[in-house]
Amino acid sequence: MIRKTIFAGFGGQGVLMMGYIYAHAVMNEGYHVTYLPSYGVEVRGGTANCTVAVSDEEIASPIASEPDYLVVMNKPSMYTYQNRVAPQGSIFLNSSIIDTRPTRKDLNIHDVPVGEMAGQLGNPRVQNIVMMGFFIKKTGLINPEAFMKGLKQILGEKKKSAMEINRKAFADGYELQI
Amino acid sequence: MQGNRVIGEAAIRAGCRFYAGYPITPQNELTEYMADNMRRAKGGTFIQAESEIAAVNMVLGASAAGARAMTSSSSPGISLKQEGISSLAADELPAVIVNIMRGGPGLGNILPSQGDYFQATRGGGHGDYRTIVLAPASVQELADLTMDAFDLADRYRNPVLILADGMMGQMSEPVEFSEPAPRQYPECYVLNGKGQGKSKFIRALILDAIRMEEHNWKLYRKYQVITQKEVRFETFWTDDAEILIVAYGTAARIAKGAIKRSRELGIPVGLIRPITLWPFPMDVIRAFAERVDNFLVFEMNTGQMIEDVQLALAGVGKVHFYGRPGGVIPTPAELAKVIAYHARKK
Repeated sequence: MIRKTIFAGFGGQGVLMMGYIYAHAVMNEGYHVTYLPSYGVEVRGGTANCTVAVSDEEIASPIASEPDYLVVMNKPSMYTYQNRVAPQGSIFLNSSIIDTRPTRKDLNIHDVPVGEMAGQLGNPRVQNIVMMGFFIKKTGLINPEAFMKGLKQILGEKKKSAMEINRKAFADGYELQI
Repeated sequence: MQGNRVIGEAAIRAGCRFYAGYPITPQNELTEYMADNMRRAKGGTFIQAESEIAAVNMVLGASAAGARAMTSSSSPGISLKQEGISSLAADELPAVIVNIMRGGPGLGNILPSQGDYFQATRGGGHGDYRTIVLAPASVQELADLTMDAFDLADRYRNPVLILADGMMGQMSEPVEFSEPAPRQYPECYVLNGKGQGKSKFIRALILDAIRMEEHNWKLYRKYQVITQKEVRFETFWTDDAEILIVAYGTAARIAKGAIKRSRELGIPVGLIRPITLWPFPMDVIRAFAERVDNFLVFEMNTGQMIEDVQLALAGVGKVHFYGRPGGVIPTPAELAKVIAYHARKK
């Protein structure tokens, strides 16, 4: 088994954080995992992406030429990556700001209104965690407790209230019915 | 943990107490990690030097004074360090130099590539010298080989190069740090004050031809011992292989993926992965040639290690090549097609 995911969006949307927490969580569950961020010639407000590969055996390439899952937080990322997704793969898109449809017809498209949902929680910064709640439920590779444990490890030193709102954001995403 | 940071952590745990560097992508996180963490190591010194050349010469000085010392850079910066590396080899001083390669030549780009094989394995700077070259293929191996690099540098009083690429440096993977062995080295050369003893000299300027020749032969004999004792390699699925891929570092990982795909199609293919690029596993490859005819050298360049494979085989068997230079990262599926092509032709 190998599952590859590309997370992509604007810098500042917590795109790398999504992938990094996910990678930590699956590592704790005993999987082989690689996390590869985009690096170098990036600019603030530009695009950011990372690739996470999860497998029960050694991972050959940390790059995803055909990701099983694509998580896109903005429109340019959807255009850039939709054609890479493996046949019958899934796209999780931020429907709060992506107002067009992917052109691929063979994929499972999940519209997640993370902007509105995070807004209701009173903090737009947790959009990425809302998305991860839904992503973890749909992909089913690890359970929600495992993800929250990974999140706690990464946010570790930050203040308690940050953990609380992230917990709520994750739960809202996980319980979302669409 | 990220590859670049893992190198830093492994170095500190191995007793590295002097790091000098100058920023360059894709190895910046290593310099950053040393800036943050060297101070927690007792007696540790971090210096952001004014240039790559200054950094390597600071390492030379620290090493002469007895410190475990390291510098790091990426391809163009490593070129700048060559004069210092040549001096370290000539002075017989231990040091660890990390090269997180990027696409070249020139300034090139910041993407993963293996274009510096020749530079690394042929000494790199001027003069008749060699450096031990370690090529990790995972973040775990970055940790293990960084620790080993310091031991090897001390054992042979010679610079040791860690040759990885942007992918190894930027990627995060799970890692466990092993307990480093206590440092063992002959303190006789260390310039730590004369006291009541005899004056000590470390110098590479030897104007007398006979004495210079003597020094060269002395280095040569040391390199012979390294060649005999320190070859490291991994084999993967070689038992019944009729085609053998030779690849190192990131390319070797991709090769493993391609081999798994090819095996599913019934193609008997295996991998020889040199872990030391110098000394190169000549005898190992030569021994395989007694029953395997086809060798496929796979590199992220236009063909450099292939020359060592050809040297090892000395005309026996067929040597094929597949490479992608310039920062393109080939996929396992792509390499599997190349394997299938050679399997059909065979």
